[in-house]
Amino acid sequence: MSDAEIKRAIFDGLRKIAPESDPESLALDANVRKTLDIDSYDFLNLLIGLNEKLGVEVPEQDYGKLRSLKEMLDYFSARIGESTTK
Amino acid sequence: MPSLGADMRAAILMRWRVKPGDRVKRGDIIAEVETDKGLIEIEVFENGVVDQILAEPGKKLPVGTVLATIRGEGEPAPVIVTPPVVAPALEPVSEAKPPVRAAPMPHVRASPLARKSAQELGVDLSKVTGTGAGGVIEQADVLQAAAMTKEEKPLAPAEKFRRAVAAAMSRSNREIPHYYLATEIDMTRSLGWLTDQNAKRSLKDRLLVAVLLIKAVARALADVPELNGYWIDDQLQKKDAVHAGFAIALRQIGLIAPAIHDAHLKTLDELMAAIHDLIPRARSGRLRSSELTDATITITNLGDLGIETLFGVIYPPQVALVGFGKVANRPWAERGTIVVRPVLTATLSADHRATDGLRGAQFLEALNDRLQTPEKL
Repeated sequence: MSDAEIKRAIFDGLRKIAPESDPESLALDANVRKTLDIDSYDFLNLLIGLNEKLGVEVPEQDYGKLRSLKEMLDYFSARIGESTTK
Repeated sequence: MPSLGADMRAAILMRWRVKPGDRVKRGDIIAEVETDKGLIEIEVFENGVVDQILAEPGKKLPVGTVLATIRGEGEPAPVIVTPPVVAPALEPVSEAKPPVRAAPMPHVRASPLARKSAQELGVDLSKVTGTGAGGVIEQADVLQAAAMTKEEKPLAPAEKFRRAVAAAMSRSNREIPHYYLATEIDMTRSLGWLTDQNAKRSLKDRLLVAVLLIKAVARALADVPELNGYWIDDQLQKKDAVHAGFAIALRQIGLIAPAIHDAHLKTLDELMAAIHDLIPRARSGRLRSSELTDATITITNLGDLGIETLFGVIYPPQVALVGFGKVANRPWAERGTIVVRPVLTATLSADHRATDGLRGAQFLEALNDRLQTPEKL
């Protein structure tokens, strides 16, 4: 899966839980949850949706690695890479 | 038309979901109404057969208007000697009518003050539902009808929502003598237990801290039941069932606190399922009438927004609101040493007519105790 496809999946997920927002205008290093006003429930739902699209199950201890868009892209890209090289 | 909020005066009947002759059972959704808080599904509270539909969709109707009659199981169809009293629509949705000058209505039962006000305000007494003894129209009924017949400029959903919140919160501040208490709770055990649980679960089965807090409140209320109920007619009406009003952010609009029914009986997984069901419906305007009216206490958690301590305004006629801030690592004194612990500030806003600070303090102590043994929640 390409980085562009991962990015699109993240943007789609963010638009679903924050329909009034424009995720594409997010700075790469901005705190996604704070910027888009995403609470714990929304964040969990975002991860459930991304799990369905990307096939990545994020353990709870990794939540802290998903603060910015850049961190999310890096994280999912690496996890997808791990599963395809196994 | 049921009252679906502390200061709801009227709503627009949008759609019937039943027709005469349909069998209904308790909890079935029979109609949809548009209130200031969005589209609400109206449930029926008895089993039976829909006998008559008395109100047409598209009309704004005051609280108390008879919408339909339901015949109990096995009861014969009633013989209507006189038509049921039906308050007519105050205004069609799409058009505003000029005020009607009241004509003399000698057969209408109204107090002299109500008649005088009706004359001054141009309210047609025949179209007002009386709330006084025996259905007598009182001045308050006339003032309410006058307020609703005024031509109103259409409001955006967010504006209507704020207006509903403003009415309820103003009433709360006017009528309820609040007292406030706060305590700090060491969340080490609760968070540790939750982390262990979630490590064994897939994403869609994971629990949020919020469900522990809801259940801990419900369990603590067993120790201090005076905080679970309503203040009505100068009396505390304690409720056995804990219907937890769970505050949900409607993103750009505000907060709404629909009831999670029987929170005291639900497991943590059932509470999580209830949240998964309730939040999307609250945000898409598909709440049910009982969810807006049944809450016996409100729970608000603003921890996700970085708030450490919150002191809420009680939603009348409830008598308490429990607030939670964020869990933050703080210095914590224990056995003569300072350690760092994840700490949560829990607050109680309570109605001083129903309880005093001693009972409030006992509740917060019980809440703390429950959160130290999360495996028993």
